[in-house]
Amino acid sequence: MSKKTHVTATLNGETVEFLCEPRHSLLEVLRDTLQMTGAKEGCNNGNCGACTVMLNGRPVNSCLVLGVEAEGATLETVEGIASHAHLHPIQQCFLEGAALQCGICTPGFLIAAKALLEQNPNPSEHEIRFKLANNLCRCTGYDKIVKAVQAAALELQKAAP
Amino acid sequence: MPVVFIPTPMRDLTGGEATVTVEGEFVRDVIDALDRRYPGIKDRLCRGDALVPGLQVCIDDTMTRRGLNARLAPQSEVHFLPPIGGG
Amino acid sequence: MAHTEELYLGKKSYNVIGTRPIRHDGADKVTGKAVYTSDLHLPNLAHGKILRSPHAHARIKSIDVSEALQVPGVFAVVTHDDFPDLENKVANLGEAGMVNLLELGANCLAKGKVLYKGHAVAAVAAASTHVAEEAVLKIKVEYEVLPSVTWVLDAMAPTAPILHENLRTDFMGKKEDKPTNVALHLQFEKGNIAEGFQSADVIVEREFKTASVHQGYIEPHVTVALWNEDSRLKIWTSTQGSFVCRQQVAELLGIAVSQCVVVPCEIGGGFGGKIAVYLEPVAALLSRKCGRPVKMSMQRNEVFEGTGPTPGSFMRVKIGAKKDGTLVAGEAWLAYDCGGFPGGVIGPGCMCVFSCYEFPNAKVDGFDVLNNKPHTQAYRAPGATQAAFACEQVIDELAAKLNIDPIEFRLKNAAKEGTRRVDGPVYPRVGFIECLEAAKNSPHWKTPLTGKNRGRGIAAGFWFNIGCASSCSASVNDDGRVTLVEGSTDIGGSRTSIAMQLAETLGIGAHDVQPQVADTDSVGYTFLTGGSRVTFATGLAAYQLGLDLQGQMKQRAAEIWGCGADTIKVENGNYSHNGHTLSFKQLAAKVAENGLPPVVGRASVAPEGSTNAFGVHIADVEVDPETGKVTVLRYTSVQDAGKAIHPSYVEGQLQGGAVQGIGWALNEEYFYDDKNQMRNASFLDYRMPTCLDVPMIETIIVEVPNPTHPYGVRGVGETPIVAPPATIANAVHAATGCRMTSLPISPPVLWKAISTKA
Ligand code: FES
Ligand code: FES
Repeated sequence: MSKKTHVTATLNGETVEFLCEPRHSLLEVLRDTLQMTGAKEGCNNGNCGACTVMLNGRPVNSCLVLGVEAEGATLETVEGIASHAHLHPIQQCFLEGAALQCGICTPGFLIAAKALLEQNPNPSEHEIRFKLANNLCRCTGYDKIVKAVQAAALELQKAAP
Repeated sequence: MPVVFIPTPMRDLTGGEATVTVEGEFVRDVIDALDRRYPGIKDRLCRGDALVPGLQVCIDDTMTRRGLNARLAPQSEVHFLPPIGGG
Repeated sequence: MAHTEELYLGKKSYNVIGTRPIRHDGADKVTGKAVYTSDLHLPNLAHGKILRSPHAHARIKSIDVSEALQVPGVFAVVTHDDFPDLENKVANLGEAGMVNLLELGANCLAKGKVLYKGHAVAAVAAASTHVAEEAVLKIKVEYEVLPSVTWVLDAMAPTAPILHENLRTDFMGKKEDKPTNVALHLQFEKGNIAEGFQSADVIVEREFKTASVHQGYIEPHVTVALWNEDSRLKIWTSTQGSFVCRQQVAELLGIAVSQCVVVPCEIGGGFGGKIAVYLEPVAALLSRKCGRPVKMSMQRNEVFEGTGPTPGSFMRVKIGAKKDGTLVAGEAWLAYDCGGFPGGVIGPGCMCVFSCYEFPNAKVDGFDVLNNKPHTQAYRAPGATQAAFACEQVIDELAAKLNIDPIEFRLKNAAKEGTRRVDGPVYPRVGFIECLEAAKNSPHWKTPLTGKNRGRGIAAGFWFNIGCASSCSASVNDDGRVTLVEGSTDIGGSRTSIAMQLAETLGIGAHDVQPQVADTDSVGYTFLTGGSRVTFATGLAAYQLGLDLQGQMKQRAAEIWGCGADTIKVENGNYSHNGHTLSFKQLAAKVAENGLPPVVGRASVAPEGSTNAFGVHIADVEVDPETGKVTVLRYTSVQDAGKAIHPSYVEGQLQGGAVQGIGWALNEEYFYDDKNQMRNASFLDYRMPTCLDVPMIETIIVEVPNPTHPYGVRGVGETPIVAPPATIANAVHAATGCRMTSLPISPPVLWKAISTKA
């Protein structure tokens, strides 16, 4: 067992500190050390997107990031999307549009969709499909996920000043 | 009387008959009656006091899990089929 | 003649059923709060890891665990020898079928021989996953490598390496006498096929093959077991059926079922692959040895190599028809592999191959064949998709030869009430004709497809409904809301479809019912989530529970009003007598105010299984002749749902099944090298569809009520995957003129077919 490193980061707006071994992935740190289990593990090698989190404003597969790389970083996970007891419009649209069945892929899709809409508030269907192609869903066939993101885009545009 | 549909591989015992009409209120009775007429068929259908593991009884269009204890109507058809599970 | 009693109420309008409320567990699942098994953290938790076979087939000469036990942080090691003696006993897992315990145990931890690469051999529990991973590498296993076989026809050959020396073919009760890999030979016959084919004007015969594919659930298998000093075993796990899991574990460990409680956590997909146990008994053994809770989870390559897949197959199908399009004879020869242990899905394959049509004469032979792959498991309508891939292409070809529109051809021969199936039984009321009509009238079918290299295909599919036992209970709160406790693990929104049926029965709102999926100590026996049964059977239990609650509410109202319970009228949740009326909520409040006994209800049911739901799919594809890549341009899935309780989730089943089927059709396969090792055990190389690979999936829900359910529900979960590979293949044929008889229709295969045709 190698020596642990002390890491400080911002997670969903709060400062967190943790010790981690060099071999620990950010996903392991989030789930096992910080017990933020919203991000899921589907493959542990960068091919399913269930572990997607925001790292300094960009969506990443947290299974491919080392815990030590989070030093000084700003992280956002699915636990940080809703605010003040209110669901974010993307979450609301996923629920209203039945865009989840088993729900294991949902945290990853929500983060990826939020990142997409922050970057491109009015994406075409193709742009949505292109940007969400990092995330696998085995249950829904994607139809309702894409439609939920389209609905969320409209909601967010309505809400924008 | 109930009509028993004989699974194809067992028709060597029934002289090629595909369906046999026998008396019986329960599947168990029907099998006993069959075995009296075509000795050996019970051995193929049952193990101990139950159907062999690879078979399920279907009465008319209903796949029943009651096996030998399933009750028959006077005009029931009795089929022996592989069990259906599912995903 | 129907055997089961008619339960359909024939209601013309509903308050709750058919609406689209937000699912009850929705907020948990979009905020990351829902607890899946791997989210559990227990005090003093140990982490387990499995050592797996590097060989496809080998005898285990010895296992030496001593070095592994020396690794600091290692708590325990187990092998097959830690199981109690498992005689050759067959456990009746209810409708999960009969399971040979010796084989189930030998699949969880190999006994004497490894039968596929990835077969579990030993397991370690340690302070962390990393330590456990290091320790399993220190276990020394001496193997004698044996010749292996993975292609089903090779495995049937007389010279094939034999997996189980004592196995003999079972020909429906008749045992053959030679060692073989053919575990089972099934046969069905109807009419006389020789005469049938003689009377045919056109005959088409083709051979087909399909590769093994995996269910592909995104959540890997994961379990936590705690074997307490008082010998109570508690298991938290990702399973499709907590009671079925409990039974398997108890039988394997030789304990009473009541000694074991299984807590179903949220489950990240199953599709049939999370019924058999893999990790649960192993984690339990480790826990008993080390006195701590033990968590085990698989990595993705372990999921591919150690669990799942659905059979690879070889099929020959021959069908004859008259000039006017009447089918006169069909013959099918199906060989499905079952992996390392007997008991695959050839039975339903044989029962489904000709299930969509009226065949006066037909014969089906089916073979369950052992080979060096993981033991196959159910995957949505197990066995039916392969069979439909074969049959529906032959049907397509016949229609073309006879110059008859493919929908008209199917309509002419469609199975309907009264049709005698090839396997014997006669269909009750089914909705295949209605589905074909809906497809014919769909916007998709009515819009002509134009453009180069494009083609449209259509195909049909069928699956059963297995019925089986379900239980639930409920209590009425003072505020009129009802707490529902049920036992069906919720994989796709079933809490809500069950709660809605209770709400409908009681005349209250969908969100006036709060459903909860309980552990095996807290609810009556409930069979697994699968077999298209939950909305049907647990829904039926919820309906009866509603009647029970309603009866008690009437009694309470009678006490309040001082009248006879039978004089109280109930309509839309309002209880009235002699000019007094109380709503359900008002009455619930009065029960508490008046100190009357609380209203607590329960129901348990065990409906029988039946034939069930048909589907018809339409696909438009475009083929790139340069690369052989197929793009799906448009896709429509039509299915008879009986009655759609929550239409969004019915659509979701249709859409999800279609996309899984598209993956099966175009990309997914277990790719074996010459040592019979799987070479693509990752999501990168085992290509499941992403959202960029598919279009929107249009759905048409047909509702031909199921006579055996009060609201007419048919199960919908499995039929959606049956038709897609055939549909895509028929579309590819229309686009290219190439009849693709093997799955997957991957770019290199199709490119080759196009190039050699030209
Ligand atoms: S778990 Fe990180 S991409 Fe799959
Ligand atoms: S909802 Fe199950 S994987 Fe997406």
